Amino acid sequence: MILIGERINGMFKDIREAIQNKDPEPVRYWAKRQYERCAAYLDINTGPTVEKEDQPAVMEWLVKTAQEVAPMACCLDSTNPDAIEAGLKVHQGKAMINSTTADQWKMDIYIPMAAKYNAAIIGLAMNEKGVPKSAADRIALAMEIVVNCDMNGIPMEDLYIDPLMLPCNVAQEHGVEVLETLRQIKTLADPAPHTTMGLSNSSQRCTNRHLINRTFLIMSMANGLDSAIADVDDDELLDAVATANILLNKEIYCDSFLKTFRAR
Amino acid sequence: MAVTIAKEKWTSKVGEMVLGADSSVNVGGESTLPFLQFEGAIPNKPVLALEVWDLEPEDWPEILKAPFAGVLADPVAWAKKNVEYGADVVSLRLMSAHPDFKNASPEECAATAKAVAEAVNVPLIIIGCGVEEKDAAVLEKVGEALAGKSCLIGCATEKNYKTITATAMVNGHSVIASTPLDINLSKQLNILMTEMNLPANRIAIDPLVGALGYGIEYAYSIMERSRIGALMGDKMLAMPVICFVGQEAWKAKEAKSTDEESPEWGAQERRSILWEVLTTTTFAQAGGSIFVLRHPESVKQVKVHLDKMMESNVY
Repeated sequence: MILIGERINGMFKDIREAIQNKDPEPVRYWAKRQYERCAAYLDINTGPTVEKEDQPAVMEWLVKTAQEVAPMACCLDSTNPDAIEAGLKVHQGKAMINSTTADQWKMDIYIPMAAKYNAAIIGLAMNEKGVPKSAADRIALAMEIVVNCDMNGIPMEDLYIDPLMLPCNVAQEHGVEVLETLRQIKTLADPAPHTTMGLSNSSQRCTNRHLINRTFLIMSMANGLDSAIADVDDDELLDAVATANILLNKEIYCDSFLKTFRAR
Repeated sequence: MAVTIAKEKWTSKVGEMVLGADSSVNVGGESTLPFLQFEGAIPNKPVLALEVWDLEPEDWPEILKAPFAGVLADPVAWAKKNVEYGADVVSLRLMSAHPDFKNASPEECAATAKAVAEAVNVPLIIIGCGVEEKDAAVLEKVGEALAGKSCLIGCATEKNYKTITATAMVNGHSVIASTPLDINLSKQLNILMTEMNLPANRIAIDPLVGALGYGIEYAYSIMERSRIGALMGDKMLAMPVICFVGQEAWKAKEAKSTDEESPEWGAQERRSILWEVLTTTTFAQAGGSIFVLRHPESVKQVKVHLDKMMESNVY
């Protein structure tokens, strides 16, 4: 399971204030903390309060600040291509672009960008019309992304398709469609593209959020999910993923399996 | 249209162990499955060790004793003979420590080990008598006496790994971690030893293999699975594997039975050596890095095979 730590995001109060005050401490704290808790990537998002023209500079600052204390890759999360490119320019190692949709004009911006910077990329199985209702429509859009990546020379192991989970209190019927989409994504190409998911989406404005996130993550892993943007600060989530890794035969069992999962 | 040949892309590699102080031997370091140089690096040729005992082995077949005539009661002379026969490493088995034999003291064993170490210029593997508590006591003293020689000592088990790991850390040795053909226990023992701060590249995995005809396929599968795990990033399985082939092959009735007893099986000399050679080459394909053998002719034949396997097949 490739975990992408969700915490460096301007939607969270401490990060929003850090950005406003140019205070690197909260960014450093969460970079280190998520590194120690087995995140493979740090999601970096300036958040909605930063003005569009300031986003590139803020992204650059966040990436530099995070990578100073955590020797790991970042997942550059923005709807502004200039902000993503600003992050790519200063990023050390192989970054991940978060994200393109299946709209041709967006794929024409982000996929060549991924090729230019040798970055991985997340492709959302949606377009300007919104999130499809059925698995079949999601898969059709996923295929568009696969084809565009292939045309740009992006290997399938660098593509992460997100079938888009919606909050279960408003769009309950999407859960089964997402699980079906995950299964089918793995048949789109050989080798298959990776799959990912913004996990906390599934429980927006619900009670028992950790339980919902954790349960859906494990169900999704059994259906082919191999990466997630998640709260790695949640110990029960990490324990559940470690256990699922064993049960799905992705990791060789040993008595210390909860501990070895956390070792870097 | 050009065909792209599919090649496996591994993300990790096996740790590299250095044995010996003056003239050292490197072991492990593979970043691909055995001998698939076209997919990764096989930086070191598998290492062949010949066994020396510190007391005359009584139940060895005559065919196995013959090449060592006159030196079987003298571990120093025997060790030198092994080097002449082309062993990369000498493996000293301190059988005299066994309570059923001489019950030699740790100090006596340490003196023998020291004498052997001074007599040869190749790295040493030091093996106890197989009684776990006794081996802990013996290897503690031997480890001290050979401080700085970078030996490979063992075999550490679930019961005695603490003492053996501690002595290896203090005196600069590597440790053989033995578990009975069980990948989960093997991984767990490696974790326990590294938790004592022994670097992972100073552990060799001993899966306790069996010989051809005696469970070889089971050992092969376990070695293969653990190697694939290592190449996919499981650091607690990414250690070189040591196979005690000699002791297993020469226990087989196909190797022990004489020309008179089993004429239909062909000449014992050819048959027994083949048994040892084929067991070794099979485990080389499964990812073995250190082979502890008994007959010098086996060393010669396996060497020819390994030299051929190490020729690059990069394309």
